[in-house]
Amino acid sequence: MNILEADSDRLLAAVRAVLEQKGIVSTPEIHARIASTDAASPGQGARMVAKAWVDPDYRELLLEDGTRAAEALGIRMRGMPPLGVLENTPEVHNLVVCTLCSCYPRAVLGYPPFWYKSAAYRARAIRDPRELLASEWKTVIPESVKLRVVDSTADYRWMVLPQRPDGTEGWDEEKLAGIVRAGDMIGVTVPMV
Amino acid sequence: MDKEAKRAHHDLGGASKFMCEPVDTEPHSLTDFDREVDALRQLLSARDLMSVDELRRGIEAIPEADYLRMSYYQRWIRSITDNLLRRGVISEAELRAALGAP
Amino acid sequence: MFAPGEMVRVKDAWPEATGPVHIRTPYYVCGVTGEVVRHLGDFSNPEDLAFARPAEKRPLYHVRFRKGAIWPEAKPDDELLIEIFEHWLERP
Repeated sequence: MNILEADSDRLLAAVRAVLEQKGIVSTPEIHARIASTDAASPGQGARMVAKAWVDPDYRELLLEDGTRAAEALGIRMRGMPPLGVLENTPEVHNLVVCTLCSCYPRAVLGYPPFWYKSAAYRARAIRDPRELLASEWKTVIPESVKLRVVDSTADYRWMVLPQRPDGTEGWDEEKLAGIVRAGDMIGVTVPMV
Repeated sequence: MDKEAKRAHHDLGGASKFMCEPVDTEPHSLTDFDREVDALRQLLSARDLMSVDELRRGIEAIPEADYLRMSYYQRWIRSITDNLLRRGVISEAELRAALGAP
Repeated sequence: MFAPGEMVRVKDAWPEATGPVHIRTPYYVCGVTGEVVRHLGDFSNPEDLAFARPAEKRPLYHVRFRKGAIWPEAKPDDELLIEIFEHWLERP
């Protein structure tokens, strides 16, 4: 039997057992890493968006160098892939996909959603994004707005800076961050009040 | 498009066979299996035992039917195993022994 | 090196025909002409990293393509923006 075809649960347990015996990766290390990975969430990206909405200098930094902008808010980016941020405007709506696998800005958004990793999303997003957004998320991009699909094919990870919705005048950063969801920072939805 | 006939099976952008497939937009929580595989990959990468690029190559090498049938993290553990064996970090004998153990 | 605004064509190459490879240029953009948006930096060639071989740093570009140049059926003036390594680009 081709050993790679073994049942996945058994394969994981066996690989972990061998690595542990050899002192390469231990169980406590796995648990610690799970804990720190679980701590990352879209809330981090939402804070970056909210700050960019209220602070023009931060917005400029965010668009210029997403990695430094994340670090400025205390998000650990050492060893992480470079972060690029694309701004939605009245003229352009951005949508992020990784057609080749599932590259996702994990350092600022946490684990990628199930749908982002699916064959259907990876196939449809790059070729018929307007239909995809409308049929699956009820997000309609007006004809007058250009839709730009960003395929994460190499070293960068991409997130979207959505437009600040009307009806949020005078809101503080915390309140603004509260309406920004992971989907808004990938481009399948826009923030709603 | 003629090029589509030449695409590798993981190279999914615009692939006709998926253009009519619905996207499951429901949130699906990660299982313990998923989290462990994810953590394992991170630790192996941090120790320079397997790069993200090697992980991807290993996933792309999975035959098409299996690739499409397997879950995301099932593909990962298969690729991780493939790469650890290739690099000699673990041996097939050690792995078979661990698999055979009760 | 390519400058922002330069037109570039993605090579119509299919190296997988000659053996196992790992490529980060999607099939749909092979042979298509687009515009360089910017140089993103220099990164180790994933085609070699994937096989644990020594990898050279290569320039990576963000390249913009008109959707109509690839899939003309809907909204041809929409855009695709893709990271492509220099060795996959040539002057049209």
